[in-house]
Amino acid sequence: MRKFDLVVLGGGPGGYVAAIRAKQLGLNVLLLESNELGGVCLNWGCIPTKALLKVSEFKNNINKFKDFGIEVSGEISFNIKKVIQRSRNVSKQLSNGVKHLLKKNNVEVIKGFGSIQDIKEEVILNVSQGEGSNIKIGSKHLIIATGAKPRLIPGVDTKNDNIWTAKDAMVPKSIPKSITIIGSGAIGIEFASFYNDMGSKVTVVEMENSILPNEDQEVSETAKNIFSKRGINFLNNSSLVSVDTSKNNIISKIETNNKIIDLVSEKLLLAIGITGNIENLGLEKSNIEIKNGHIITDDKMRTNVKNIYAIGDVTQPPWLAHKASHEAMIASEVIAGLNNVHSLDKSAIPSCTYSYPQIASIGLNEQQAKDNGFKIKVGTFPFLGNGKSITMGVSDGFIKTIFNHETGELIGAHMIGSEVTELINSFSIAKQLETTEKDIINTVFAHPTLSEALHESVLAAYNRAIHF
Amino acid sequence: MPISIKMPSLSPTMTEGKLAKWLKKKGDQVLPGDIIAEIETDKATMEIEAVDEGVLFEIKVDEGAENVLVGSTIATIMEENDSENDMMDLEGNGNIEGENNLVSIENKNKNLEFNEKKVTSDLSLDKTSSENRIRISPLAKRLALKNNISYREIKGSGPYGRIVKKDIENYDNLKETFDNNLNNKIDLKKNNFSDVPLSPMRKVIAQRLINSVNEAPHFFLSVDCNISEINKIRNQINSDNLKISVNDFIVKASAKALKNVPKANCSWNDNFIRYYNNFDISVAVAIDDGLITPIVRNAESKGLGEISKEIKDLVDKAKKGNLTPEEYQGGNFTVSNLGMYGIKNFTAIINPPQSMILAIGKAEKKPLIINNEIQISEIMSVTLSCDHRVVDGALGSVWLNKFKSYIENPSLMLI
Repeated sequence: MRKFDLVVLGGGPGGYVAAIRAKQLGLNVLLLESNELGGVCLNWGCIPTKALLKVSEFKNNINKFKDFGIEVSGEISFNIKKVIQRSRNVSKQLSNGVKHLLKKNNVEVIKGFGSIQDIKEEVILNVSQGEGSNIKIGSKHLIIATGAKPRLIPGVDTKNDNIWTAKDAMVPKSIPKSITIIGSGAIGIEFASFYNDMGSKVTVVEMENSILPNEDQEVSETAKNIFSKRGINFLNNSSLVSVDTSKNNIISKIETNNKIIDLVSEKLLLAIGITGNIENLGLEKSNIEIKNGHIITDDKMRTNVKNIYAIGDVTQPPWLAHKASHEAMIASEVIAGLNNVHSLDKSAIPSCTYSYPQIASIGLNEQQAKDNGFKIKVGTFPFLGNGKSITMGVSDGFIKTIFNHETGELIGAHMIGSEVTELINSFSIAKQLETTEKDIINTVFAHPTLSEALHESVLAAYNRAIHF
Repeated sequence: MPISIKMPSLSPTMTEGKLAKWLKKKGDQVLPGDIIAEIETDKATMEIEAVDEGVLFEIKVDEGAENVLVGSTIATIMEENDSENDMMDLEGNGNIEGENNLVSIENKNKNLEFNEKKVTSDLSLDKTSSENRIRISPLAKRLALKNNISYREIKGSGPYGRIVKKDIENYDNLKETFDNNLNNKIDLKKNNFSDVPLSPMRKVIAQRLINSVNEAPHFFLSVDCNISEINKIRNQINSDNLKISVNDFIVKASAKALKNVPKANCSWNDNFIRYYNNFDISVAVAIDDGLITPIVRNAESKGLGEISKEIKDLVDKAKKGNLTPEEYQGGNFTVSNLGMYGIKNFTAIINPPQSMILAIGKAEKKPLIINNEIQISEIMSVTLSCDHRVVDGALGSVWLNKFKSYIENPSLMLI
């Protein structure tokens, strides 16, 4: 039986980062991946959707050509096959990149599905390589980074060609005339934005009374207004009761305002969240603590079982690739015995939605801040007051910052508008460095840039905004 | 050009000192502001700070070396462009740039602890004293200032020991737990304490007093002094502009008594007894986190008004941390007065290398029989601690009676 210091289960943005970091720290490490390196993020999540959404951004830019004095004759049309092919190629390129990175770092990768067989002084894993071929591996430490899969609704059969999960929505054979999307989180909204731009009639069904329910109320309302104007229908306080698949089109029975209505559409997309890949890993044998389908860890990614760690989507929320990668480094450093490994501050993880316009946020939203009893200072600055936005012809949206009135701590930042998924990282650094309002106010921002709006929103929180 | 670091002079009278500790090793990179070594005087630890950048090329004085002459080279720093030959030249001819440019000295006891107080009380004073190199996030700093936490005592958990919000919160929680537990019952299962690192002053106090108790065989003499006459004179002298305290009389009387009993104005040394010709009285002053003993020089020849003003100035400086070393180093005899705290009498530990210290208790009105009549007098109990190696019982008693006669007949002090 081969023995390792560390075996990592899963080669997504959590697993491959953990393996590389562990190798950098001199551990003898093995990465087990049963499918494609790069995980959902790279193959069926963040990356391919961003490639699709770039198409939708082009479309929106083309719509503005006239405003900018660009005249193009002829009709704009999409070759959906090529659109999808490019998205797949991008994923493939990056997945190969991960393979290359692992090789460069001399991380051994075995294709196979690992599960815990026994835990003694070390963890004994059974690795199934298909066709009845099994090997046994021993390891001092184990990192579970198996990710997650879409959460399903009982009775709604996703094997039906017209009922999609995110993965199906990434590789459509054609653009559906109409699509009903259940769930208005980041995934639901990104597909709503994409298919709407591609010409589908889109209806989004959300249980909560606002869309993007994790975002700040003002951001949610602005997003809903902008998307509605662009033709997306929203049904809030509504949920899917059942699905009728007997006709050509899907008939979704939606409970809304205490009555059941029928929504007829060519496709139905379930985007109500994810659930951890915890099955068949032998977790029962090891009594690893699980809550709501996800493994529980401490802030150093340790599970309740000695020498077993878990990172990424298989653990507690937020479920974001960058959180997984960050947790990966923490876990590997703890395993390598580094001193003073920092803990992940969950209030400082940015989250992004790459719709058009984009949405990004970090920390608490205004309601959460109030619920936590903070005395707050809030500043909002619209992109309408930002020179660069006007030159780009994208003045929708705003940046909102929330400070603790008593300490000047940046409690949260929320933004909607063009390129805000890039802007949010400034606030990530600010939060990590524990800047106060004063430090941001004293920072020189280049002109003309979208980032100036960050500055102004902080000034606005202290009633000092200059340009609005 | 190679740079030579010299033993600094910490006061005009200092001729030699002790190299307490090297904080950099040979070959270490030295940046401006880095603390290179600690120099010890009898009352304080001073730091030597690098002014220039370079590599610590040679350490010439071992750690712990005493009697290092002021102005002698203790280390050399090689700058980036220097060659080993340059360094040899330096050693050969000792041709060195003006030392004051090269080394800046900081009196840690004296300034830093108290600067802290100033910063704490004033948010706008936002300069992190770079000489101290405290790494702290802006938010943590603001939280510390808001909650009156002296963050210099906190060990940072961030990168490079940076103090972050969590450290301040943990510290605050610790303090809160501690305070709560003091008010409630002590729960032995929990750690009901907080460990605060020793301040340099605390270390010096501990070291000096341990030495004093271990080395100087103490004995104590007590006597009651009637201060009625002093109070009469004070009533005549004191006005809105001038306030002479009983303590001012005590300082003056101590100096006069020393002058009258010169054998008691001495200190023990391993091979000899040193007799002093000056009559400098140290006055113990309580300050935050310790005490310090500024000196009234030649108190025997100074008027009470002068002594009074001087003590006020010294106490004021001491509380603000502005005393210079020559204002508290030396002295022949110490007066420690706890009368204002209502202490009836107490014994004090001798302030080495001195040989006597006088502990003053609270003055109280008492019935006294004078010429077969009962009179109400104000009585102050004083206790003299003597170092028996140099001051025997008889000598101490002679001195104490002389002191008593000055206090009870203050007009004698005028002569």
